[in-house]
Amino acid sequence: MDSQVIANDPEETQSAHEHSPHLVHHYATMDQQVESASFGMWIFLLTEIMFFGGMFMAYLLYRNWYYDAFVAGSNLLSIQFGTAMTTILIVSSFTVAMGVFCSETRNRKGLVAALSLTLVLGISFLCMKGTEWHGIYVEHHVPGPNFSIETFVHPTDARDVPMSPDAAQHTQIFFFLYFALTGIHALHMVIGCSVLIFLLIRARQGAYTDGNPTMIHNFGLYWHFVDIVWIFLFPLLYLISRHPLK
Amino acid sequence: MSSTSIINLPNQQTARMPKNHYLNSGYGLKSWALTLDHKRIAILYLLTTLFFFCIGGLMAALMRLELLTPAGDLVASDTYNKLFSIHGIIMVFFFLVPIAPAVLGNFLIPIMIGAKDVAFPKLNLLSYYIFLIGGFFELYSIIWGGVDTGWTFTTPLSTHYVNTNVISAAMGIFIAGFSSILTGLNFVVTIHRLRAPGMTWFRLPLFIWSYYATAIIFILATPVIAITMVLIAMERVFGIGVFDPALGGDPILFQHLFWFYSHPAVYVMILPGMGVMSEVVGCFSRKRVFGYTAVAFSSVAIAVFSFFVWAHHMFIMGISNYSALVFSLFSMLVAIPSAIKVFNWSATMYKGSITFETPMLYAFSFIGLFTIGGLTGVMLASLGMDIHMTETYFVVAHFHYVMVGGMVSAVMCGLHFWWPKITGRMYPEQLGKLAASTLFIGFNLTFFPQFILGYLGMPRRYHAYPAEFQVLNVMSTAGASILAIGYLLPAMYFLWSLKYGAIAGSNPWQATGLEWQIQSPPLKDNFEEIPVVDFEAYDYEWLANKTRHEVTNVG
Ligand SMILES: [Cu+2]
Repeated sequence: MDSQVIANDPEETQSAHEHSPHLVHHYATMDQQVESASFGMWIFLLTEIMFFGGMFMAYLLYRNWYYDAFVAGSNLLSIQFGTAMTTILIVSSFTVAMGVFCSETRNRKGLVAALSLTLVLGISFLCMKGTEWHGIYVEHHVPGPNFSIETFVHPTDARDVPMSPDAAQHTQIFFFLYFALTGIHALHMVIGCSVLIFLLIRARQGAYTDGNPTMIHNFGLYWHFVDIVWIFLFPLLYLISRHPLK
Repeated sequence: MSSTSIINLPNQQTARMPKNHYLNSGYGLKSWALTLDHKRIAILYLLTTLFFFCIGGLMAALMRLELLTPAGDLVASDTYNKLFSIHGIIMVFFFLVPIAPAVLGNFLIPIMIGAKDVAFPKLNLLSYYIFLIGGFFELYSIIWGGVDTGWTFTTPLSTHYVNTNVISAAMGIFIAGFSSILTGLNFVVTIHRLRAPGMTWFRLPLFIWSYYATAIIFILATPVIAITMVLIAMERVFGIGVFDPALGGDPILFQHLFWFYSHPAVYVMILPGMGVMSEVVGCFSRKRVFGYTAVAFSSVAIAVFSFFVWAHHMFIMGISNYSALVFSLFSMLVAIPSAIKVFNWSATMYKGSITFETPMLYAFSFIGLFTIGGLTGVMLASLGMDIHMTETYFVVAHFHYVMVGGMVSAVMCGLHFWWPKITGRMYPEQLGKLAASTLFIGFNLTFFPQFILGYLGMPRRYHAYPAEFQVLNVMSTAGASILAIGYLLPAMYFLWSLKYGAIAGSNPWQATGLEWQIQSPPLKDNFEEIPVVDFEAYDYEWLANKTRHEVTNVG
């Protein structure tokens, strides 16, 4: 049969299979649609790994070249602060997982509660991050014209070895990578929180608990990914090779 | 059994324009600007990338005019620097990278696999607008003073020494990069999840395999250039040096990150062309593409290898001899899957019933020019040769043979081949053949002299040169003007054919792909009913038998 003949009759196949209200027209089945969405999300996360990969590569290279400067820079970051931020993120991963669970079990109140908690945790992480940045700014450790090597050449902590001015300059690279990595991570958190607000509004109206948890599921993947990036950043920036806690 | 197959050959003479199709499913600006139809998005991309092609082409024309005489008389050296930078940036990031995936891929992938649309239509439209915003950044940097770092943004030149619009140019590339990423993501999910029932991986047209490989490169490589461009911009804005040797940074690190994207990107600029070739060569030889599996896997192999060869751009930059050796070896290995393709296309033509329609002429042009471009690539991959040739016109000629001789031929080939499907009308065949021949002659006249110039030692990126090089440069400029005719001619008759071209009918080439089994131009949803695929790709022998059988029946 000539396909041009079939092609001109638009209503012919509509009745063939029943439609779920969530099914977009170009998918054949709901399974296909859900699988596509989560497959797409995984691929997106793969691109994110490559995105951070370039910076991790730079970190690796310069850490190897300027080991002392990186240790000195790392010593200025507060380990307590870092631990607190890590804890917040891990807890927020748990609350997001609870959100996914609630949307699958069609529990609207639970979903709203879990998402709200996640949002609060996400925002408090960002606030702590901002405080930490401010502290670094006050001490003139933001790379650029105002950068001061004073603390590295004449350290106040007895356990620090004074560095030559030349070597101390390299701490700028540490702090640049610190800002680039935590900055882009924070940007991901900001995007995550914005999406979260949107999801929260929709969830209150009963979306995602009506048998279509795909969106929450994919958001969960994103949120976990951003957490995992931090799980790598925390040891790299705060923990390794630093001198012991006071 | 064969009678149930959906391949059909309707009579071309009685073909009429279908009543409903994607072009008349809605009128007005809004129906285009907010369309979620992959075919309309493809058209939007086509118009935008052609616009950028015109800008890039204009820059090339000015450069060739300047090089007509040995003295730097038409433009100052600063201006010349801007010309080649803009030419490179526009042609690479805003023409070659998007043209084949975003135009031909968007239009054809869903139809070829038997789907109604790509997996994420909204994301598809979004990626078009992201591309457009990136393009505006680029136009801004061109109009407000230009950029003169070359398309490679070499540090610390780009971060500390030039005073042009590096930041906006880098941001344009950063933004356009996300358009590539989203397009790649969309294609991978579409190819994995939306294939029609019965469309197994090994029944897919080889076009799809090439585009799949391209999409993988998009996904894995583009994020790296994106972050690199951010680092460049940050370094310029805040004056801190990840790439600045004065502050302890490493300019070589920039080269690694840049070429980690930009070498695979070269394959983004050729793999889709190879996909077009497989379709066209099979169709006009009336034969199944020889060694289907080998051709399919060679696409994937090229994509994989492409990630392990980037440092061949850095042989003279002070990387260690051992890593140079390894990268040299890997670069030569890429020739193997490329050669598999060329041999298989040749074997497909062997004893085929070849006809010489315009797309086939472009296909011949592609295979020949790509082979020359590829082999000179092997020459450049060998360390000793490379040191002699780096930064000469030999390199320029090499990559123009691959990108213009290869990819632009392939794009022209694909546009002619699928033009009847896209618009429902035929282009004028005789003019098409004339344009294809003009392009081939003009191209060779432009770029072959550059091999010789480069071998004799003429460096690239200078607006003046010693008088002894003038003859070859004049040849090259003359060729460029012929080449320009080869581009303008199709532009004119394509426009003409929109209104006056013969009605194409659904299958003017009597091809076997799914896209030829639906009306041209297709419906908004492509298929009225999702087809069930019960035949292998390129089953031209079966088709020939069927036709012969029908003829004897009638007789
Ligand atoms: Cu390369």
